Amino acid sequence: MKISKRDFLKIAGVGLAGLAVKPALRAIAQAERPVAAPKSGIFAGKRMGMVIDARKCTTKDGCRDCITACHAAHNVPDIRDPKNPGLVDVRHEVKWIWTEPYRNAFPTAEQRFMDEEIERKPFLVFCNHCDNPPCVRVCPTKATWKREDGIVMVDWHRCIGCRFCLAACPYGSRSFNWFDPRPFIGRQNPEFPTRMKGVAEKCTFCEERLSRGQAPACVEACKEKAMFFGDLNDAKIEARKMLRARFSIRRKPELGTSPQVYYLV
Amino acid sequence: MYDAGKIFAGLIIFILLVTSPFWYNRAMGKSLQMPVPKIVTTERLCVLPRAEMRARHMALLDNWRQTVVRTGERTYVTEDGRRFNMSLTLTCMKCHPNKSEFCDKCHNYEEVQPICWNCHVTPEEKPK
Repeated sequence: MKISKRDFLKIAGVGLAGLAVKPALRAIAQAERPVAAPKSGIFAGKRMGMVIDARKCTTKDGCRDCITACHAAHNVPDIRDPKNPGLVDVRHEVKWIWTEPYRNAFPTAEQRFMDEEIERKPFLVFCNHCDNPPCVRVCPTKATWKREDGIVMVDWHRCIGCRFCLAACPYGSRSFNWFDPRPFIGRQNPEFPTRMKGVAEKCTFCEERLSRGQAPACVEACKEKAMFFGDLNDAKIEARKMLRARFSIRRKPELGTSPQVYYLV
Repeated sequence: MYDAGKIFAGLIIFILLVTSPFWYNRAMGKSLQMPVPKIVTTERLCVLPRAEMRARHMALLDNWRQTVVRTGERTYVTEDGRRFNMSLTLTCMKCHPNKSEFCDKCHNYEEVQPICWNCHVTPEEKPK
């Protein structure tokens, strides 16, 4: 049998088109089932932030209620110095919320002569959920990103442990899991995941609690009612009233990160 | 062909060696059986039909995690309108708290090692 060049090309073309049928059918058959479509912009128009009344905070010296509550809720490991179990292992510690003296928390707002009480007082510090977060800019996998409501989130599934974010954050808000944190967690909260070796973590403004309509764990745990949380775009909330009534400072605002944790001093 | 006898003898020995685990199991009377995951819940329906869950639960879980972590949307609506919190720990493991008999059985058989439980906490199982 003789086939003309034209017929040969026709048959070859149909044959090639046939090859595409199976993948196409498979793609249709495996198309994702409908998951509840995300309500468009459930966070839109919001700017979550925190206001800390530094005068009320630590009126009772040594109070660690918010830190304990946060770290228990989020399975944050308590890593101790192996040589001296009384001390925290500063090279490997994981922390979401902790205290710093004024000169460390606000190094560029230091004055030569200051109220001694402020100089001595521990200031509560945690992730500032910056409007312009440097950690997000450097993350090579987009494991950390800013949500529409301003919360800077970490997707621990996606983090590859490069630690760029630890270097980028000017507040030291991020911690790295240098080893499996599980043996260092006192009592696990079964409702919240732990982390694994090789991921970065930090405060998430209790995103999981907000979704249930609860306030962040630290705010709830504060007996002095020194922490105010909410959508700072809403001028009617308590936090905004406090900001209007009193003078506030932020940590290293000159860096242009626009931190969203305000301290009333 | 040179040394055909040696080559074929070698090949037969090689094949016997490679398949020896099967012969060993056969000799010990342990035939290879499909694992049957133990379902302890009294609930009749999962979020998807059973066959679909068997085949595609990993895709569903992947979808859930992306949706929850990335978009913040936490409610999953099934085709017949039931609502679920998209959570491995809080939803799946409530009905299937027996990870070793439910999850691990097939995963071990299939030699897949999902890393879900490196972070997600599993319900405590009574040691047998």
